[in-house]
Amino acid sequence: MDRTTIDLWVGIFVALGFAALLGLAMKVGNLTSSKIGATYSVTAAFENVGSLKPNAPVKSAGVVVGRVESIVFNSADYEAVVTIKIDKRYAFPADTFANIYTAGLLGEQYVGLEAGGDEVVLKNGDKIAKTQDAIVLEKMISQFLFSKASETDAKSEAKATAPSAVTNELKGGKSTEIGDVAF
Amino acid sequence: MTQSNLLASIANELRGIGHRMIERTWRLGVGARLFALAIIYSGESFKRFHLTLREIYFTGVMSLLIIVVSAFFVGMVLALQGYNTLQKYGSSEAIGVLVALALVRELGPVVTALLFAGRAGTAITAEIGLMKATEQLSAMEMMAVNPIARVIAPRFWAGVISMPILASIFSMVGILGGYLVAVPLIGVDDGAFWSQMQANVDFRLDIVNGLIKSFVFGVACTMIALFEGFDAPPTAEGVSRATTRTVVISSLTVLALDFVLTSFMMVV
Repeated sequence: MDRTTIDLWVGIFVALGFAALLGLAMKVGNLTSSKIGATYSVTAAFENVGSLKPNAPVKSAGVVVGRVESIVFNSADYEAVVTIKIDKRYAFPADTFANIYTAGLLGEQYVGLEAGGDEVVLKNGDKIAKTQDAIVLEKMISQFLFSKASETDAKSEAKATAPSAVTNELKGGKSTEIGDVAF
Repeated sequence: MTQSNLLASIANELRGIGHRMIERTWRLGVGARLFALAIIYSGESFKRFHLTLREIYFTGVMSLLIIVVSAFFVGMVLALQGYNTLQKYGSSEAIGVLVALALVRELGPVVTALLFAGRAGTAITAEIGLMKATEQLSAMEMMAVNPIARVIAPRFWAGVISMPILASIFSMVGILGGYLVAVPLIGVDDGAFWSQMQANVDFRLDIVNGLIKSFVFGVACTMIALFEGFDAPPTAEGVSRATTRTVVISSLTVLALDFVLTSFMMVV
């Protein structure tokens, strides 16, 4: 096997390897996403971020416009401060809503931005004032049970006022058997 | 009388076990020393790069056929089996994620390492064992040519360079095989296949970790093959035994290292 043939085959081999790695990175992995590109940072405070993780998408109208950079706990007012990086191409008004939604029924959580109507836009380092927390399943269930319980309370109260019909009949002097009235 | 015989045979057994353990530990030390020497004398493998290039041809390029064909079939089987279970839960669109993550994280590095140990590792062991048996290594020492620098180190670097390349090719061809079964054959949606995969496979956490694993496996497999060949008894039987030892020890080491590396990498 002479040297030039060996060199050629090894060159082809290494080139194939790099091509495979590139294919994996581009097609299979996430390398072409907007991790590169100019972004600006904005913070938002939530009482409960649920299972939001760093690097979760930030979407507006369903389109990914940025990523969650970090989530820290602010011990001054016991809230979670989420820093998000938004692509510089998109400007959001200062009264944008930041909500935490779930993708699909039990999927990953992401930050949804709903634009308000303010003319002033958010700049680097601004804070989003209007936020809505993530939905916590236990709170929902307890809310549901509580509302169910107050419904049945209202119904039994209505039943309790029914005897007034009986006392009216007695007052009217209609002679009835006590047995009929009581039971 | 039989009682003392029994005791004597048990004692012999224990002595044998102790002896074997000590010999294995001693061999481990010799292997570690060969590893250190191969690194120290590596200068020549890079200054005279054609040595290493020749070895890359014989370990890497010649293994391409088995790697590509195996990858193709592994990917296809993954897609079939995965689809079988996923469609019970209505998540048949996640088949891309399943195939990609299984290959890139685990099967790519591990199966490539096992195939590499079987094909290239045995070739290296047999070659070096035969060189030792036909006294070529001693002849080199007589001529003041360092056999480790001339023979061992180029093969070591060739194995280390070839393994990540082979593992990447394995993963990519496997994913292609999975794609061919899932989309044209079974009918999973093409866009969903790739987009779900891209959303769930992280370059740094999955692909780079897979590369690190394949690099470590390359070092382990190549070094085991080299050591078994270098330390083989210089007879025909010795060389053939050394070849089987290479495959067995490489496979066990790769699987054990896989567990260790995965436990470091899977930060929950």
